Amino acid sequence: MVNLRTLSFATAAVLLGGYALAFFHAPIDEEGFIQKIFYLHVPLAIVTLLGFLVAAFHAIRHLRTNDPVHDARSYVSIHLSIIFGVAALLTGALWAKGQWGVWWEWREPTLVSFLIIFLLYATYYPLRYSVEDRDRQARYASVFAITAGAFVPLNFLAVRLAEPFIHPRTFSSAGGLPGEMLLAFLVCLAGMALLWVTLVQFELGAKAASGDLKRIRRALLPSEAEPPPPRRAVAPAGSYSANGGAPAPPATSMSAQGPEVGGRG
Amino acid sequence: MFAPLALSDAESYVAAAYLVFVALLLIYVAIMAMKLGRIQRELRELGELAERDRGAEEPR
Repeated sequence: MVNLRTLSFATAAVLLGGYALAFFHAPIDEEGFIQKIFYLHVPLAIVTLLGFLVAAFHAIRHLRTNDPVHDARSYVSIHLSIIFGVAALLTGALWAKGQWGVWWEWREPTLVSFLIIFLLYATYYPLRYSVEDRDRQARYASVFAITAGAFVPLNFLAVRLAEPFIHPRTFSSAGGLPGEMLLAFLVCLAGMALLWVTLVQFELGAKAASGDLKRIRRALLPSEAEPPPPRRAVAPAGSYSANGGAPAPPATSMSAQGPEVGGRG
Repeated sequence: MFAPLALSDAESYVAAAYLVFVALLLIYVAIMAMKLGRIQRELRELGELAERDRGAEEPR
């Protein structure tokens, strides 16, 4: 695992390099200076969609292993991708206003399909926190992440097949970029992907620390311990719990129990 | 004195887009800093609690 400090410096270096290339090396095309938003908006949108796929991957691992660490990774991936998605939508609206004179165009399948995917993932939080039992909450959230993740490549395919209205098709236009512009775009994309990975690592670290603290507090102050969840008299066939139905282990191994994702923070 | 930098429409939109990105990033960092502050405060409280418990056990 790469050290977080190294990762942070690498992210800063690649992002600075990418935007230096975009502004000082890449030529200005026929769209004019406003095309510089391309180096920000497109990497943000691509990293958002890739982040949703990463979340689906971790959700599959969570359902297969029942390890809460994978649930936390899936949760944080969706969380960061939603933030990146907000940035992609806002920068896209600014580009649209400057280029086409409108903030939004409902007839453009690329814009509308991205918004649908974004809104779909925005329902992840209410779904997750509508379930109180932590184990069920994690399982439902994983099922959601996998199902919604399947929409990302379908959405990409549908946009490719649809007739473009005003929005250029990114990979066909990126493929036709001159060398200097393509280089700047690829470095910016790598930088944005590194930024996403760095922020995911930061947030996972914070959640793990927060979870560890709660467990220490419960061990030191038994009066603050949460009441045990209600037990079902008979477990339905095929159901399973976090520890496979075995008695709960003593709270000695803290990080091994996974980071805290049950809270809203 | 510097003359104010006049931006064209295109430059204004580009500047706004990059500023939106930086602002979102800063908001995120500020929220993470608040969380870190809360963790540090809890850690300090737990440290004090552990010290107090040790102080209470030592005379015995």
